[in-house]
Formats: sequence, C-alpha cells, structure tokens
Amino acid sequence: MTESTTVKRGGVGLLDRRRALIQLSAQLSTLTVLGAKGGAACAQGMYSGKLRTLAELIDPITNGAQASKARVQIKMPVLADNGNLVGLGITSTLPMLEHEYVQKIYLLSQRNPVVQMATFYLGPWSGEVNINTRVRLAGSQFVVALAQTSRGAFYYDQFDVIVTESACVDGS
Amino acid sequence: MSIARLQVLGQPRVGSVVRVRLLIQHAMDTGYLQNMSGQYVPRNVINKITCQADGFEIFRVDPSSGIAANPYFEFSWRVTPAKVIKTIWIDDIGVEGELITPIEVLD
Repeated sequence: MTESTTVKRGGVGLLDRRRALIQLSAQLSTLTVLGAKGGAACAQGMYSGKLRTLAELIDPITNGAQASKARVQIKMPVLADNGNLVGLGITSTLPMLEHEYVQKIYLLSQRNPVVQMATFYLGPWSGEVNINTRVRLAGSQFVVALAQTSRGAFYYDQFDVIVTESACVDGS
Repeated sequence: MSIARLQVLGQPRVGSVVRVRLLIQHAMDTGYLQNMSGQYVPRNVINKITCQADGFEIFRVDPSSGIAANPYFEFSWRVTPAKVIKTIWIDDIGVEGELITPIEVLD
C-alpha cells in the first residue's frame, strides 16, 4: 500500500518538478540573454559570451544594402531542450522564376562562435523556398535567415529561441 | 550500411515540385569539444554538399560547425527528366563522399 502511494505521489511530483524545471531553465536562459557571459563556454576557450546585434550579423553580407524583414519565415521550436540538435525550417513567398529567384539563403546565429551556420544556394530549379535542417545553438539567442535574390535584394526573418542546454560545451 | 541517404518524397513528375531529403553520417566535430583523454578534437565538418540531377546542380549547401552532427537537409526540387541524383560532399580534412541515387521520373 505504501508503495502504490509513493508511485502516485512520485508521478504527480515528477510532473510538477518537470514543469518547474522547464520554467526555471527558461528563466535561467533569459537571464543569460540579459547579459551574463557563458561561463562554461568561456572556460573551454570558446568565444561565445557576446551576443551580436542584427546589424553585426547582416551587414558583412549585405554590404550596407537595405534588408527588409518580410517574405521569409523561420519555423523552429521556441524552447529547444538540446542545443546540439534543433530542427529548423525556412520558407519564403519570394518568387522562384527564371528571371527572379532567391539565389542564396544565409543562416546566421547571434551567439555561436561561427556566425554563418550554413549557406544554401537555390535557383529556379528549386521551385520554391522550403528548407529544413538541424542546427547547433550555443545558448539562447535569435537565429536569422537572410535571403538574397538574383536582383540583389535582401529579405530576412529572425526567431528568438531559448536553449536549455547549450551546444559546444561538454555536459560532463 | 551506407553513410548517406537521399530520398525523393512522393512520385516525381516532370514539372512538379518534390521534396528531397538528404542525410549524411558525419560527426561534424566543432573543435570545441574534448575527447575522453581531455584533448581537443580538431574541427572537422563537411563544408560543401552538392546535389546534381544528371549533372545539373539542384541544391548546394555550405555547412559549418553550426550544423548538427549527421547533417540533415530537406529541400525542394522542380523535377526535370533525370535518371540519377548524385550527391557529393567534402569535409575539412579532405575526405570526399559520393552518393548516387537512381530515381524514376514520370513524364
């Protein structure tokens, strides 16, 4: 009888604990965003404490050209439990025609030591802009997808993601 | 078992847009992690992947250490009459991989 009671309590407690943990980690991650430097990451000689601004991410690619936040969309979870593997989708309503198409899509990270996570090369042969991949994220940050059309216009989208367990750091 | 897989979803017909999935087995070492004896594992990531349908490039991606281990990509392709999709990739230490996937395209 005692056993079954324990199991029941344990079950309820686990749920509560899990919810509390999620909330706590979310709060913690927000705190990290607010300005604390990634201690563990720095200890391993990785430079990832600084959060880059949007201009710092985009300007080296656009060379000062205007980039508008429209017509590109990132789809990914708001809360990523494991930064080592975060699913991410990029879609766009930009035309993919012979004379006007999306040429490149840059996937940029605000906090990762390597800013450009990937560069995709597309064209009219793609038919549409719809890419799924899995990325590594070194902590909570926003992720930017920057699309460059064949006419030299830039469109982007950014997505805030909370990462509970950062990549690039050994858990052990 | 092969270290890479490419799958065309659905039945490709000329002119239609299909989804293509690509998965490659690769550790994608970032250079920031240590092995069991405490030494840093040098960076070794795939830095270029190209998919060609009968020699015509239909998808290219330049990943970096920001792409998770065993890189996975899903992209769209407007189908052209092709018999094979050839995927080639190369990593930082120069190991090249090649995957040839025969496909059946309907007119």
